[in-house]
Amino acid sequence: MSEAEVTREGLKGVRPGREARTFSGEGGRRRRDAPARDHPGSSYYGQPVINPPVWAELDIAGYLFAGGLAGSSSILAAGAELSGRPRLARRSKLGAGAALGVSLVALIHDLGRPGRFLNMLRVFKPTSPMNVGSWLLGAYGPLMAGAAASDVLGVAPRAGRVAAAGAGVLGAGVASYTAALIADTAVPAWHDGYRELPFLFAGSAAAAGSGLAMIAAPHAESTPARHMALLGAAAELGAEQLLERRLGIVAETLHEGTAGRRLKAAKALTVAGGLGAATIGRRGRLGAALSGACLLAGSALTRFGLFAAGMASAQDPRYTVQPQRERLAREADADSH
Amino acid sequence: MSSGADGSANGKASPAVSDSGDVLGVLLGGADPAGSAGWQEHPPRMGFFTDTSLCIGCKACEVACKEWNQVPEDGLNWTGHSHDNSERLGADTWRHVAFVEQRVKVGNHEPNFQRAPSAGGEGEDGFRWLMASDVCKHCTHAACLDVCPTGAIFRTEFGTVVVQADVCNGCGYCVPACPYGVLDKREEDGRIFKCTLCYDRLGVGQEPACAKACPTDSIQFGEVDELRERAAGRVEQLHEVGVVEARLYGHDPDDGVGGDGAFFLLLDEPEVYGLPPDPIVTTRDLPEMWKRVGIAAGGLLAGAAACFAGARR
Amino acid sequence: MTPSPGDWPLLRQLRGEDRMGRGAAARSRHTAGLTPRTAAADRVVKSVCPYCAVGCAQNLYVKDDRVVQIEGDPDAPHSRGRLCPKGSATLQLTTGEARERHVLYRPPHGADWERLDLQTAMDMVADKFVATRREGWEWERDGKRTRRCMSIAALGGATLDNEENYLIKKFLTSAGVIQIENQARVCHSSTVVGLGTSFGRGASSTLPGDLQNSDLIVLEGSNMAEAHPVAYQWVMEAKARGATVIHVDPHYSRTSALADMFVPLRAGTDIAFLGGIINHVLQTDSDFREYVLAYTNAPTIVREEFEDAGPDGIFSGFDPEKGKYDPSSWQYDGAFVAAAAGQRDLEGNVEGLADEGEGRDEAAAREQPKLDMTLEHPRCVWQILKRHYATYTPEMVERICGVPQDVFAEVCRLFVENSGRERTTAFVHGVGWTQHTIGSQYIRAASMLQLLLGNMGRPGGGVMAMRGHASIQGSSDIPTLFDTLPGYIPMPNAHRHEDLDEFVATTSARRGFWGNLRDYTVSLLKAWWGPAATSENDYCFGYVPRLTGSHSTYDTVMEQIKGTVKGYFLFGENPAVGSANTRMQRLGMSKLDWLVVRDFSLIESATWWKDGPEIETGEMRTEDIGTEVFFFPAAAHIEKEGTFTNTQRMLQWHHKGQDPCEEQRSDLWFMYHLGKRIRERLAGSHDEMDRPVLELTWDYPTEGEHEEPTAEAVLAEISGWNAEGEFLGGYTELKDDGSTSCGCWIYSGCYAEGVNQTARRKPAREQNWTGPEWAWAWPMNRRILYNRASADPEGRPWSERKALVWWDEEQGKWTGHDTPDFEADKPPSYRPSPDAAGPDAISGATPFIMQADGRGWLYAPSGVADGPMPTHYEPQDSPVRNRLHEHQRNPARQTYAHENNRYHPGPGEPGEGVYPFVVTTYRLTEHFTAGGMSRWTPYLSELQPEFFCEVSPELAAERGLEHAGWAMLVSARGVIEARVMVTDRMTPLRVDGRTIHQIGMPYHWGANGYSKGDSMNELSSMALDPSSHIQEVKALTVDIRPGRRPRGPARQELVREYRERAGITEMTGMAP
Ligand SMILES: Nc1nc2c(c(=O)[nH]1)N[C@H]1C(S)=C(S)[C@@H](COP(=O)(O)OP(=O)(O)OC[C@H]3O[C@@H](n4cnc5c(=O)[nH]c(N)nc54)[C@H](O)[C@@H]3O)O[C@H]1N2
Ligand SMILES: Nc1nc2c(c(=O)[nH]1)N[C@H]1C(S)=C(S)[C@@H](COP(=O)(O)OP(=O)(O)OC[C@H]3O[C@@H](n4cnc5c(=O)[nH]c(N)nc54)[C@H](O)[C@@H]3O)O[C@H]1N2
Ligand code: SF4
Ligand code: SF4
Ligand code: SF4
Ligand code: SF4
Ligand code: SF4
Ligand SMILES: [Mo]
Repeated sequence: MSEAEVTREGLKGVRPGREARTFSGEGGRRRRDAPARDHPGSSYYGQPVINPPVWAELDIAGYLFAGGLAGSSSILAAGAELSGRPRLARRSKLGAGAALGVSLVALIHDLGRPGRFLNMLRVFKPTSPMNVGSWLLGAYGPLMAGAAASDVLGVAPRAGRVAAAGAGVLGAGVASYTAALIADTAVPAWHDGYRELPFLFAGSAAAAGSGLAMIAAPHAESTPARHMALLGAAAELGAEQLLERRLGIVAETLHEGTAGRRLKAAKALTVAGGLGAATIGRRGRLGAALSGACLLAGSALTRFGLFAAGMASAQDPRYTVQPQRERLAREADADSH
Repeated sequence: MSSGADGSANGKASPAVSDSGDVLGVLLGGADPAGSAGWQEHPPRMGFFTDTSLCIGCKACEVACKEWNQVPEDGLNWTGHSHDNSERLGADTWRHVAFVEQRVKVGNHEPNFQRAPSAGGEGEDGFRWLMASDVCKHCTHAACLDVCPTGAIFRTEFGTVVVQADVCNGCGYCVPACPYGVLDKREEDGRIFKCTLCYDRLGVGQEPACAKACPTDSIQFGEVDELRERAAGRVEQLHEVGVVEARLYGHDPDDGVGGDGAFFLLLDEPEVYGLPPDPIVTTRDLPEMWKRVGIAAGGLLAGAAACFAGARR
Repeated sequence: MTPSPGDWPLLRQLRGEDRMGRGAAARSRHTAGLTPRTAAADRVVKSVCPYCAVGCAQNLYVKDDRVVQIEGDPDAPHSRGRLCPKGSATLQLTTGEARERHVLYRPPHGADWERLDLQTAMDMVADKFVATRREGWEWERDGKRTRRCMSIAALGGATLDNEENYLIKKFLTSAGVIQIENQARVCHSSTVVGLGTSFGRGASSTLPGDLQNSDLIVLEGSNMAEAHPVAYQWVMEAKARGATVIHVDPHYSRTSALADMFVPLRAGTDIAFLGGIINHVLQTDSDFREYVLAYTNAPTIVREEFEDAGPDGIFSGFDPEKGKYDPSSWQYDGAFVAAAAGQRDLEGNVEGLADEGEGRDEAAAREQPKLDMTLEHPRCVWQILKRHYATYTPEMVERICGVPQDVFAEVCRLFVENSGRERTTAFVHGVGWTQHTIGSQYIRAASMLQLLLGNMGRPGGGVMAMRGHASIQGSSDIPTLFDTLPGYIPMPNAHRHEDLDEFVATTSARRGFWGNLRDYTVSLLKAWWGPAATSENDYCFGYVPRLTGSHSTYDTVMEQIKGTVKGYFLFGENPAVGSANTRMQRLGMSKLDWLVVRDFSLIESATWWKDGPEIETGEMRTEDIGTEVFFFPAAAHIEKEGTFTNTQRMLQWHHKGQDPCEEQRSDLWFMYHLGKRIRERLAGSHDEMDRPVLELTWDYPTEGEHEEPTAEAVLAEISGWNAEGEFLGGYTELKDDGSTSCGCWIYSGCYAEGVNQTARRKPAREQNWTGPEWAWAWPMNRRILYNRASADPEGRPWSERKALVWWDEEQGKWTGHDTPDFEADKPPSYRPSPDAAGPDAISGATPFIMQADGRGWLYAPSGVADGPMPTHYEPQDSPVRNRLHEHQRNPARQTYAHENNRYHPGPGEPGEGVYPFVVTTYRLTEHFTAGGMSRWTPYLSELQPEFFCEVSPELAAERGLEHAGWAMLVSARGVIEARVMVTDRMTPLRVDGRTIHQIGMPYHWGANGYSKGDSMNELSSMALDPSSHIQEVKALTVDIRPGRRPRGPARQELVREYRERAGITEMTGMAP
């Protein structure tokens, strides 16, 4: 029965409609005792919970790879510069330049409004890896370009050397910040790997940069690159191992589908490249170049593989919901103890 | 600028917070989002309490939003998902009404509809039809805002989160950052769009278009503090009349996003409506990410140095 | 768009408080300067939503003389600023791309449209009108004077303003055109009969806003949350206060989802269901006895000749040859009462019955009905009811409706517990009840229950008829309908020697407010013919053309097919989608000489000649079709002013926000200027047939460059004035001596004191919940009808928690929250003298002042063509045998024998089972009716982009239907295809020991527009309710199978094959 009345004075006991007793069966039928039941594990028509990235694969995975290549090449260039390996230095600088060029083109190409690229420098936002990266590239790019220009044109050698050193230091950032870039999202395969991804990316970048050096530089000067290749390959493989363990069910996305195929191939190539660097790479340029090519391809496939894994993990609501459910269960568990 | 202490009020602290609490506080901002974003004298935080137990699934909110914001119509696509043909939030759907048909026995009450005995099976318990209007949550800690490299997304004086179409360069970063899948790119335009909580209208003291239209007050607009209180009362009221499955979602300032400016009353688990059960703003782990990026970069430099050093020998 | 250095947010960031660059610093200059267009507007114009009959108030925001935004008006008491998706899409509807801006012309046999200049087109139509009218003129039929034009017809009006309908009805009637119809026919005409005969007025007795005061709300035959979403807020309000809500419906809809209880029932069985409740109430004496005794005709004694519909299901007076009743045996004992609505002129409606004498008895009309207050007389209404419904047992309800007995018992319990002195129950119904071959009786059944339980005229009670279009109530009140004149004055039938006095005597009750019919009629004739109408010439009553039987829109279609009707106006109606059996509609139109379509876009009814289904199947070829088609783009509501009458009888004035574009014109403009042109062409004619046109008052002031007639002048004419030219305060001031003029007596007073009362907009918070000062409601601004019944016979509220109006002894008048629906100073103690007439004959203790006996009619001695009490018959097409009576179908229903309108075999007949499934149809929140206002509107189309049918998982399994796949549905009329929605919301029912599957279908689609699909009405048939001539589209049968329908000639081949299999002939389903 309504609790409200229409008296001679007017309405009494009025309640706003937003207090409607809906879903209560109120007044309708007998109550029956039954516990509330939820329906866990369900999804909304299989729709993803988060919106998958709108990034074009070639642009962004390509950017991740090229950025890493540029960064580690600059490191190699700086090392070579400082250790008196001029040809390694020059070719690494040129490699870095080309890679940076590619990565900038990819980045701008992926923008919905490429003309507004410079808006990246509108503010400085430590909370935005892409913004930080833009400032980083803003500093790194000129240094690197300066170093390369000075080298090729033979002008201002001292400044060139300082620039090369600077580019080398910043290059380390350029090579690894992209891990934060993709990890700082809600994409399960990326975010949940935020602890390992920086190492994976750094390793992969090292492998790529040294791979390029092994192809481009004369054998005599490429020894540090071969060492770095080994180190990089090892770091990449090791980090990936840890990542897979960390991800729980989300790791499925690393094993299945396009991502699985790419990552499998990447692993094989990286292993081959690493082994090659340690064996045939030592013996001659051809071996070095072959190993270097494997490493480059391996690094590229790793980035493309991780990109695909991220997309897959974003598209299936299970990968968003289940880990969150597990986390809640763990917290509830912890609370009750 | 808010104090670090505010930020670490974030309840479910991940291990990363313990050693970088202050940094995190700065990165996340406090419980007063507008204040933390540099609005010194600001109006009270405004938001929505969307009470899905009042929703009649009319989609007035969807249309009113489109009309007001001149959002393009985005194609005729019959999904067969009950009466939902807009599927999810996106660049051209800033309010989305979900429809969930369930053959279930729920709560401590009789279902309003018992399917015929001949229907058989599990279904004899009853049936219910849930409808819920989803929208941008205007998070206290908004990942989209945090990651936006251009400052296109900003925090308004009302504590809401708004994309500025004149700034956005379409980098797309905010899209996967949002833990609720709210924003998306309008392909033919290149930019990102989402609910503005009618920033323009709020500026002149007008109610958002969707809330104004809503025939049953399922969408309630107001000061977040007041709405939170009202919501708590509403849950209690529903529990009293036997709707024990009623629960709030996004109201808790201690949750992974510091509480939503637009929160909900749901009648089932969030994922049933396509919502994440325990969203966390990715920024919460950002200090740790930066730290690890730093270590990795340092390691890279050190490793390279070692390689050169080794090679010299 | 790189920011200039001075504007660089980074600098602001470094300088200021927003060090993380996420707030104040990041805001762009553009963002800071945002002004909403609601604030930037030059002016705000008050308007009304053009879609449905809730009539939500809108604010138009106008900038530079264009409407830039449309929102709800928060001040409105009924809508409180809210709008449903359609109301919210009004801006796109009116200012979007989809509207045509130019006149289009299709010459006879032409392959495509051509452009035509507006003035030329108007001249052409005027010429054709004059010529066609002359050809089709008829002075007499069967020796009776008819004075009419049978060759022209018009359809549409529910989307138009009252002023527009008024001009259409006025002009066309003067020209002798009688076949004038609008959506009110196909929509709620049976509500008018049902409520009108029961209570005295054929309109909703209450307003949605009063549902907040209900203890129980029963939604039956209404999908309120979807069809009237903004009104549904009042149901929620009631729920907040503890009311219970029941939804009884074949399909689980958004309305059901929010109800406390959903009762699925088989479509077309509500009379059995309601009859079951009536039986429960009667058997358990659960009625509100004091109310029943004092306010209903329960104690009235009926003529001895009356025979109840027993096992055979036929009342006395049935003529099986004609398939019609002579209702004279149903009359009260010794007294004759005419109904307040429905079939009122007995002689005219029952063709062939004796012209004089039998239908009515002048002497008897003077007698008072005899009452037995003990309710024991075997012929008193109470006992008759008891006997009639005794077989409507819970078992029978279960067998017929498929409602389990325990569920039914629960409904009965809730009903009884929530009615009576302290509590009130409201019925909410819609077209789920009206559109049946016995639709009027559905409404009667609910009315009876409300009378028995004492729910009429009280707060939270009543029968809330949820009507359709923005002004469909208005297009019933100022009817572009064949059978009434403004204010429900019946159109005169053709009789020998009929004059005004005889008309008044044969069609109205002597007692009650219909006793003043002569005042109303003479004032109307004065409004139309002005000085030409004099007492000497019977006020030109002879100018009004005469009816001979039914001329409903479906009869018009038959006349088109026969070739009688040559010219046709569509004033905003889309019969090629919305009317039953759309094929017949197109066939009819293909036989026309000319067709005028006035609409926003090229609806299916405008383009069938080049892309209709018959063109696709090859049955018709464009070049063979001789119909000349004119398309005139209509102005929208924001481009004109006038009144809409909403579902609560409220006339709301909408102001103009902008000018129409190009050749878009209002219907007011069209009718006025067409009329002027026709009058010019007839000027100087001395032909008697032209006199009504030439003497018509047709001189309205105009304004603007388009010479738009002033709508307010038309409204003033409708409201009326006296001989001194003073505006009337209400219909009680009308006279029958020619001194008053009033275009619609029930609207009299809407322009009282020269003030447009319909434009009043006092904010809700400044008045009570009935909103007396928001706009104006007929009659006399009463918001809840029969509110005298909220008080007991002595004038005290039945309950102090349900007080509405009461007698104030001190002041000597009725007072309360609403305008009393009673003579304000007539005391409860008043008793009429035996030969009092008119209002004076109504006692101070009987609240139904339009009724001849002042009482609510549990039993209808006249007015309803198929019996004085609702009786269950199966729908025309039904898979189930009638278990209550031998007669399967309503014996008096109207059927049409035509090759393209075949009916299905009934149960037990050969061919049964070929169309085994029940179909019902309904609305979706997102679309509007035949789609003209939603399928062209992208924001609405995208929300429901395709035509679908809803089936239960059980039926899907049985027929191999796949969710989201395609199905084809076949009837004897056609085959269509739809996407398949398999849903638990549809449930099979156990009916009479077997499983009955129902299929649900929204009916909004057609081949044109943005969202396209087959039209549901390709399947339906023309089979009508005899009292109201409404079609049965809520219950039919089909076969369903997976896959898409055949294309080309194979389409009709399939229909033919089914028909052969079912052995269908012209006799199938035709038996009375
Ligand atoms: N969104 C929207 N609103 C509208 C309209 C629209 O097209 N779209 N149209 C307007 C118009 S013109 C009108 S007339 C009104 C109509 O408004 P409603 O009367 O609510 O219209 P429907 O949905 O056609 O039918 C009402 C309900 O009747 C049920 N029904 C069908 N057959 C039966 C039966 O035999 N018995 C019972 N008890 N129920 C039955 C249907 O399943 C449906 O749920 O809406 C108006 N408002
Ligand atoms: N199967 C089935 N059939 C049904 C029903 C059902 O429930 N089931 N319901 C029935 C009911 S209740 C109704 S009311 C009918 C409705 O059927 P229709 O009335 O044929 O459908 P609408 O699409 O509303 O047509 C109205 C037209 O008027 C136009 N219009 C709007 N405003 C104006 C104006 O100001 N001037 C002019 N000139 N035109 C204007 C619109 O664009 C639209 O094309 O359908 C009936 N048919
Ligand atoms: S819900 Fe997503 S888009 Fe909205 S504020 Fe939060 S993070 Fe940003
Ligand atoms: S797409 Fe636009 S709004 Fe989103 S992060 Fe990039 S610039 Fe910011
Ligand atoms: S607040 Fe404004 S922008 Fe956001 S959903 Fe509502 S109407 Fe759209
Ligand atoms: S407007 Fe309100 S009732 Fe309608 S769908 Fe949106 S939230 Fe639900
Ligand atoms: S369509 Fe009806 S309910 Fe919807 S806004 Fe218009 S008048 Fe109101
Ligand atoms: Mo209607």
